This record gives sequence, C-alpha cells and structure tokens, in this order.
Amino acid sequence: MATRTIDPPVLPAERTTVPKGWRGTPYLFLAPFFVVFAAFVLVPIGIAVYASLHRWSLGLPGQPFLGLANYRDLFDSSQVVSVEFWKGMRATGVFTLASVPFLVVIPYAAALLLHQKFPGRTFFRAVYFAPYVLGVAVVGLLWRYLLDAELGPINQLLGILGLPADTLWTSTLPAAWISLVGVTVWWTLGFNAVIILAALQDVPAELHEAAKVDGAGAWRRFWTVTIPATKRVLQFVVTITIIASANMYGQAALITQEQPGTETRTAIGFIAQTGIQGFDIGSASAMSVVLAVLLMLTSVVVLGLFRRVGGSED
Amino acid sequence: MRTRPLMWILLVALTLVFAVPLLLMVSTSFKSAVEANALEFRLFPAEPTLDAYRAILADQPVLRWAWNSFLVAVLHAALVVVLATTSAYALARLEFRFKKLMFALIVATMFVPGVILLIPNFLVVNELGWLNSYASLVVPGAAGAFGVFFLRQFFLGVSPAIEEAARIDGANQWVVFTRIVLPLARPAVATLSVLAFLSSWNDFLWPVFVLFTSDMQTLPAGLAQLQSDSGTRYDLLMAGAVVAAAPVLLVYVLAQRYIIEGVAAGGVKG
Repeated sequence: MATRTIDPPVLPAERTTVPKGWRGTPYLFLAPFFVVFAAFVLVPIGIAVYASLHRWSLGLPGQPFLGLANYRDLFDSSQVVSVEFWKGMRATGVFTLASVPFLVVIPYAAALLLHQKFPGRTFFRAVYFAPYVLGVAVVGLLWRYLLDAELGPINQLLGILGLPADTLWTSTLPAAWISLVGVTVWWTLGFNAVIILAALQDVPAELHEAAKVDGAGAWRRFWTVTIPATKRVLQFVVTITIIASANMYGQAALITQEQPGTETRTAIGFIAQTGIQGFDIGSASAMSVVLAVLLMLTSVVVLGLFRRVGGSED
Repeated sequence: MRTRPLMWILLVALTLVFAVPLLLMVSTSFKSAVEANALEFRLFPAEPTLDAYRAILADQPVLRWAWNSFLVAVLHAALVVVLATTSAYALARLEFRFKKLMFALIVATMFVPGVILLIPNFLVVNELGWLNSYASLVVPGAAGAFGVFFLRQFFLGVSPAIEEAARIDGANQWVVFTRIVLPLARPAVATLSVLAFLSSWNDFLWPVFVLFTSDMQTLPAGLAQLQSDSGTRYDLLMAGAVVAAAPVLLVYVLAQRYIIEGVAAGGVKG
C-alpha cells in the first residue's frame, strides 16, 4: 500500500463525516449514570414531594391525597409535630450559627499558617486533615469517651490544671452545644483548611509584591489582597459548611444522644425518627422539603451577600 | 522574621490537638477494663493488654463487619468510577441534545440536601427488595454529582488533539475512551476512587436504617450497636473504634496526596 503524502482537496469534506460516529454513542456513555441517577436521585425527589402531599404511613392502606395538610400541620403550633419539628429546626439553627463561624475562621487561620514557607509543611497539613478521614461513628465514639464526665480525659486534665472538672459535657446546656461544635471543628477543620490553602496558593505573588511596593503592611495586604483574591473559594466554603452543619445528625446521635431531654435533637434527627421509626412518611417528607427549601434559600442568600460585599469582579 | 517562634508554637499546639485524641483512642484500647475505668488521667496503659480486642471479637462478628465494610466500599468505589468516567466524558467531549440541561440538572442536585433523599431512597430500596443487602449500600449513592463534576473538569483540561488523531485513524468512541482517555485520567480516577471508598467506609446514617441483621452490619453501624451494648466500657469501645479507624488511616497514609489534592481541586474549581 503506497501512502501518498499529498492528498487531493477532498480531505475537509471527509473529516466532517468520519469522526462523528454513530449518533447514539453519547447516550450509551450517559446511560449507566443516568439510570442510577434517576432511580436514586430524581425519582426520590419526586417521591418526597408526592409523599408530602399525601397521608402515607406504613401499614395504612392507600395513600389519600391531603393537599398541603402535612405542611399546614407543621406551621400549626397546636400540633405536637409542629412543636417538635421547630424545636429540632431551632437545634439545627443553633448548631449551624455556632459552628459555621469557627469552621470558616479557624480553617482560614490554619491555612494561612500552612501557607508560610517552612520545613515539614506537608506533614503538618496531613496531621490537621487526618481526623476528616475518620467516619462520624469513630469520631462520635472517641469523643463520647473523651468527654465522659468522670472517666473522660477532658475533665481529668481540667482537674489536673485546677479548673472545674465536673462539667457534664454531653448532658447539660450549654456544655452539650460546646461539645458538638468543638468536636465538629476538630473533625472537619482540615477539610476546609485544605480547600482554602489551595486558593491561597493560587493568589499571584505579584499582587502581594505590588501592595508591598505601595507600602501596605501585612494586615492591610491581608484585607486588600488575600481576602478579595480568595473570595470565590470563601463563598464556596461558607455555603458547603452551612449545608453540612444543617445536616448534622451523627454527632448528636452518638455523643450527646440528643440530651438533655431532646434539646440537641436536630431537624434531621426528628425527620429520621418520624419517617423511619414512626413510619409517618408523609409528614417526614413535608419536613424534609421544608428543610431543603430553607437550605437552598440560605445558599442563595449567602451567594447574594458575597456578591454585595465583594462587588462583582468575577 | 520575628513571627517564627509564634508560628512554631501554633503548629505544634495544633498538632497536639489533633494527635492526642487519636493517641488516647489507641492507648485506651490496650488498657485493661479496670484501668480504662480509672478516675485519674493516664496517657499510657500501665500493663498493655489485648483483652479488649479479644472481648469484642468474641462477643460480636467484628471481622465479618470489617469484611462487609471493605467489600461494600470497594464495590461502591468501582461503581462510582464507572458511572462518573463514562458520563463525565460524554458531558465533556461528545455532542448530544439536552447536554447543557443534563449537566445543569446534575449540578443542581448538589444543592439538594441529602436528607430529602433519605426516606424516599429507603422506599426505593425496599421496592427493589434490597433492604439488608450489599446492593442497598453499594448502588444508591453511586450517582453523585461530585464525581461527574470533578472528572468533567479534568477531561476539559486535557487537549483533545490525541483523541482526534485516534479517531481519524479509525478508532471508535469506546476505544478512544478506554485506550486513550482513561489512562490519561488515572490521577483523577485515583482521587475519585479513594474519596468514594472513604465515604462508603465511613457512612453511618444510611447503613443503620437499611441493615437489620448482625451479620450484615458495616463497622460504623456495628459500632453504634457496640456502643449501646457496652455502655461505658471504654476499653471495648476504643478497641472497636481502632478497628474501624485503622484501615482508613492506613489508606490515608498511602493515598494522602490523592485525597488532599482531590479535596483542594474540588474546592478551587467549584
């Protein structure tokens, strides 16, 4: 077979037809993902909305249409379900408001620390991130032990330091909230720090140099160069942290076991209890739709706040 | 630089904050029942013993739980990789109708809180007859938006020149994908599979709801069981925690780069 190096000018016409291939190919590539995505993401979202509009309890025949009655019950303060749900929402809100500032500011500070040039940087980064790879079951069990009022090392160490050593960390307020927030910061600090650190490393060095030439001190440079340059990532971190905190369940189930009473039972805790132990799927679905809508609204508000504060340079 | 000593103090203090709790977990797991329940603080056991490990292995099918966790996490990671690579490639490179809409739909679900899926997924799994089975743990979370998003981003960053060349040579789409694209994407696939393995291994809420029998439990679900059975026998609880933590810490030490870079990339590009 002789290969000709100079082809006749038919080539461009050939190119458009040959590489396209069969038109169904893209759908075959997409199909496996889409089947699982449809069955376990799209259909379930549909089921949640459907269930929230019906009376749906296991063991009850049929699912009579209720319209918005499940939702109305949630906003009717004479209903037990409404009182308990909003108590759970309040617990979720308390936890989110108390944890998010720490989960953004401390990781930011840790990232700034790790952004310095010193030997062993990757080692320290690895240590700070380590707890994040543990699951909530391990973290919960570990801190249940560390926070035990009598047998736990925390109170024992406080005693050695001559500080009050009889705090009931998991069964009184506000100690239980301090425990839950503290454990969550310990557990997930490294995750946010690693994301912020990557953003810091992407800030062009020239920006700092230019500010230095203009006579800006370290503090000025932090506010006028570093923060604006990491604004987009900060917005991402704040959003995912709010969503993660609002979904908190495992820590409360394992460490405080929702004590004292049910004070640290979060919205998720109550939704899971209503739907899966109480078999009241309609009501639990209405609650999860309300929580989901509130969370999505929160994400939009956070986005809007960042736009307003930082101008619109991106 | 005058800030250096302060920096080192902070670095070491933070290291202690993260390391000491883990150290206490391990050391208490080697304490005797009496010592673990002592009222005074003791960092290390006076007489290290394996009693706690022997006790939990004798009382509960812990090794079976570890096997379940391992099998489920490996299968889950494999499925995530198959689903995410194929769909992300289609979304990055191939032309088809509703492509933009499809991608927007997938990304939008990232903002839907997981809780809304919890009960409906329970019903779907029940409908499929998957309750108390491996399938109920392997499949439902496998079509996550993150993997598609992460790999699509990676594919878009690779020059299409080699793929074009192969196609002109007559290779079909599948050959281009398996022979050229996947080998190029090896680092991204490694990152995704390690993250998927960890999230499956650590999952707690879902297994507790869909598994009923003791022999089907994963380690996190089994630990919850252990906690309600053992009360404040912290030697037993810490031994259980070590059994669940050791494999992931090992994976972390070996694959640290992939995990941390995956998390960093997810944030910067997101």
